[in-house]
This record gives sequence, C-alpha cells and structure tokens, in this order.
Amino acid sequence: MTVTEREQRAFIAAAAADARVNVEIETEGMTLNIGPQHPATHGTLRIVARLDGEQVVVAEPIMGYMHRGYEKLAEVRTYPQVTTLINRIDWLGSFANEVPFILAAEQLMEVEAPPRAAWIRTILFELSRLANIALFLGDMGVQLGAITPVFFAFRDREFVLNQIESVTGGRFHPNFDRIGGLKDDLPKGWIEETRGVMVKMRNFCDELEALLMGNEIFEARTRGVGVIPADVALSYGLSGANLRASGVDWDLRRDNPCGLVHDQLDWKVWTHPDGDSFARYWVRLQETREATYMVEQMLDGLPAGPVMAKVPVIIKVPAGEAYVATENPLGVMGYYVVSKGDLGPFRVKIRSASFNNISVTPWVLRGVYVPDVITILASLYFILGDIDR
Amino acid sequence: MSETDVSNADVGETAQADPRHTAAIATLNEVLGEAVLAHHSQRGELWVRVHHEAWQRAGFALRDDLGCRWFDFLSAIDWLPSPFGRDMDAEQDWPTTGPPARDTAIEVGVAGGETRLQVFARAQAVEDNPGGANLSVTLKADLPNENPAVETWIPVFAGANWHEREAWEMFGIAFIGHPDLRHIYLPGEFEGHPLRKDFPLLARRVKPWPGLVDVEDMPSTDGGAS
Repeated sequence: MTVTEREQRAFIAAAAADARVNVEIETEGMTLNIGPQHPATHGTLRIVARLDGEQVVVAEPIMGYMHRGYEKLAEVRTYPQVTTLINRIDWLGSFANEVPFILAAEQLMEVEAPPRAAWIRTILFELSRLANIALFLGDMGVQLGAITPVFFAFRDREFVLNQIESVTGGRFHPNFDRIGGLKDDLPKGWIEETRGVMVKMRNFCDELEALLMGNEIFEARTRGVGVIPADVALSYGLSGANLRASGVDWDLRRDNPCGLVHDQLDWKVWTHPDGDSFARYWVRLQETREATYMVEQMLDGLPAGPVMAKVPVIIKVPAGEAYVATENPLGVMGYYVVSKGDLGPFRVKIRSASFNNISVTPWVLRGVYVPDVITILASLYFILGDIDR
Repeated sequence: MSETDVSNADVGETAQADPRHTAAIATLNEVLGEAVLAHHSQRGELWVRVHHEAWQRAGFALRDDLGCRWFDFLSAIDWLPSPFGRDMDAEQDWPTTGPPARDTAIEVGVAGGETRLQVFARAQAVEDNPGGANLSVTLKADLPNENPAVETWIPVFAGANWHEREAWEMFGIAFIGHPDLRHIYLPGEFEGHPLRKDFPLLARRVKPWPGLVDVEDMPSTDGGAS
C-alpha cells in the first residue's frame, strides 16, 4: 500500500505534537482527528487538530471527501442541465443555488424574467433560506447539548419544505428555475397557506429565542468563543451572517440586488458587533424572522402576469463573461460563467459561500479548547456540498 | 464585446463610462503604470487585465488604493478549446470516422488575453472607500504557457490560500511564495490537472452520454409489451 502525501503529513504532524510537552501541566501533545463522520461537520469534513493539553495548537480541515467536480461536469452539459448539478451544492437551500446561475445566463442572453417570475423567485429564495437556517438554529443547540431545538427545527422546517414542494415538486432539489422565468406558476391556495407557515416560523423563532438565547449554558458556551474581527473576516472572504456578525453591514440583497426584488421590500439588515459564536447565532435568528416578513410582503405585492419570458427552445448563450452573486442562506454564492456562444458554458467558476467561510477555521481554531471547536464549527455553519462542490 | 474594450492609452475617451470605474482605472494606472494592460466595464462590473509579474502588486493596489477589502475568489481559466469538444458522443463511436475536426484557435473573453492560461480574482468594496461604495473589480493576468506561475496573494488576502491550492491542483499554476501548495480536493497521488481543457472527462470518453436523448418514448408507443 502506498503512503499518500496526506498520510505522510499527518504522521509528521503527530510526531511533532508528541514531541511537544507542556511544561506546566506535563501533558504530551496529541493529534485529535475529528471526522470525517461527525455530527458537527454536516457531512464529511475531517479536522486534524494537534492538541496541547486541552488546547488546539494547529487545526487543519481536510476536505475533498465529497468533491464532485461540478466545474468540470458543467463544461460538457447544456445550460438547462447545469441547474440539475448545482442544485446539489447547498442541498438544504437548493432553490437558492439555481438563482445566481440562471441570472448569470440571463444576463449573457440579455433576457429578463417577467416581474411575476422575479417575485416568485424571490419568494422561493427566501423560503430556501428559512428551510436552511431553521436547521442551523436547531442544530446549534444540539452541538451544545440541547436536544429539543433540533426537534422543533425539523418539525417546523417541514412546513416550509411542504410549501416549496407544492410549487416545485421537489423538497430538496426543486430544479424549478428556468432561463427567462420559472417552470410554473404558483398552485391555487398556496399564498394563504404560506401566510400560515410564516406565522409558524415566527413562533419557531420565538421558541428558540426563549429556549436558547436566555439560557445560561448557551451564553457561557458561545459568548466570546471563536471571535472573528471584521478585517480578518473580510480578508478571508467570509460572507452572509458570518460577516454581518463581525459588524460588517453588507448584504447583497440590499446592496446589489440583481434580478431579485429585495430592493422593493421594507426590511432590515441585521448586524452584531461582537463577531463571536453567539453573534453569528443571533444574526441568523434575526434574519430568519426578517425573512418571514419579507415573504409576507411579497405575497401581498405579487404582480400578475406571465412567469416565463420568450426564450428559444434550444438555448444558446451568446459569447461573453458574467459574474452574478446573490446572498444565499450560507452567504454569497456566485457563478462566473464564460460562454462562447455554445449550448453549454465554456467555464463555470462556482464561488460557494462555505468554502470561504470554512477557510478561516485554521485561523480561528488556534488556541481554543476542544469543546469550543464544535461550537465554532457549528456557528460558522457550512454545508459540505457547498465546500467541496 | 470587443468594442467596449479599451486599452489604457485611451481611458479618457470612454463615453458613458461608470465614473467609479474611470476613477479606479486612473488610480490603478498611477500605481501600477505599464502593468495595466486592458480593462472592460459591463453592468457595474470592472475587469482589469494586468501583467502577471505585477499580480501581487495589483492585489495590494486593489485592496489599499481602491478599498476592495472583501476577497471574493481566485481561480483560473484555460482558454484552449477542448480537444475533445463539447459533443456528447463517446470515443467508441469514432472507430471509422475518427474524431471530428475541431477549432483549436484560442478566443479570449473580456479584457482580452494573450496566452492560454489566465488567472483571475475578484474583490469588492463593502463600505465607503475612495473608489465609491460597492466597487467590485475582477483582476486578470495572462500566464506564460511554459511553467505558469504567479506570485501568491496570501499577503494581500489571507483567504487566497485555499483558492490558490485549488487553482494549483486544478490548473497546474504555481503560486510563488505559497507556503502550503498541496492537494485540497484530490488524493495526494493524483496526476494531472483536471480543469485544464486537455484533461479528458473519462466518464464521457468511454460511455455514450445517456442524456443525449432527452425524450424517451412513451410506454405505449415503443411497440413492446406494456
């Protein structure tokens, strides 16, 4: 059996950690392997941590266990086929994955979706956020030892997934967005049902706020843990709630709304100055509640009209380059699409949120205690498919 | 597309150009001088092509002089048209005819380019800055065909570390000064650079693509037992 470069490095790391001896408490260093299968990793992320006593000296995430090569696969597929692939990137909020790619293709084709399609797109985009973040809100509790929140999360997320399913036919992989609009209009009675679901989601947020936010253990385990200052967050390209929890007031939905209708709604971007795990949880909780209000506004203001613009049956995208990024549940997700006037893209660079978000872990995990590793990983909130692509 | 391309000589003549972009180009010209080769504006986005030897300096200029402090991504494009084409037939379908003739001329995209491999990165301003709020710039640099290499961006944006590892493994671009250039996704013993166009997608080479025929016959029309 050949020894891979990775295994060699792991061996060297272990030897180096063993050689370190903490003089004060006379503990030898050790290497702790977290994952690839660990509930806190949302998939198959492996973290090799070199410990000194209970403190992490160096932590190195190892990914690639789920690398599917979407950038290469996209080069041999047609534009409509690519949406099937990119649905699987962030599998908890998959409709939101399709949106920036479709917008980039529309930008190159100079096609614009009709207003009703843009509004329904934004509704589904925010519903994806609710379904995605609801799971985070419950899961964070589980990582800290509270079982109840995750049951609430799975219970209430189902209402949102039902709404997504009744429009698109798919709970997790809608594949509903089309170049030029949407596959279908909303089903009958959907708007009223969704209003009820939004009330339920707000109750869910209230419940979690009551369960966790005032909880002494939760506060003790998250306050001041995993602090990421704003300049570090910017240089690592953190985005979404992770960036806003570091006090950077920046949200693509407000600052660069291309193709979606967030700019026509009345809402607020939530930030928190602390940059710790608590702040990240708090910002996401507020965003979830804000998203329910946004959906309600959109349900009220939904314009009438067609949901599909006139596009050719066989889609050829003119030559050019476009980059479109949107504020997805996990953070900024962008597609850099290079077209050469073909049936499919020449090159697609997928800028996924979790890849950048998790790249800060070697920096933020230095010197923390082992239980806090789990807190920090949970609070950064990543989806493995969004890292490995 | 090409009519909106302007070299740095005639910056002043761009009509209806975004004033933020004009200011940004002027700043970059001042800081980098000859190294700014071309630029392109489109829908609020600015592309600037710089000389590959000035890649790291351009990164610092982007961050410090233009205020684009949020690192978005860094990757590369292989402009070589795929020698295998985009078509859906497998190699086993060619035994008599051989592969069809393919166009091998390189056509580059916005802001031009001269060589096959191009590294590109994007950064954005997220607060008020000299270049104006929300200025976003995509930098590009052509790399030499032999031993493509460029200076690392880690001193500019710490987050470039993993992006460069990915670009190194997928395109075989060396990042000079990168402390930890090793595989990030692929196994350590993997050979080749998968996102280069001359790296065949083997699944497609050996088996006809099942998605070639999108429409299946209805069960009643196929003539068989139903």
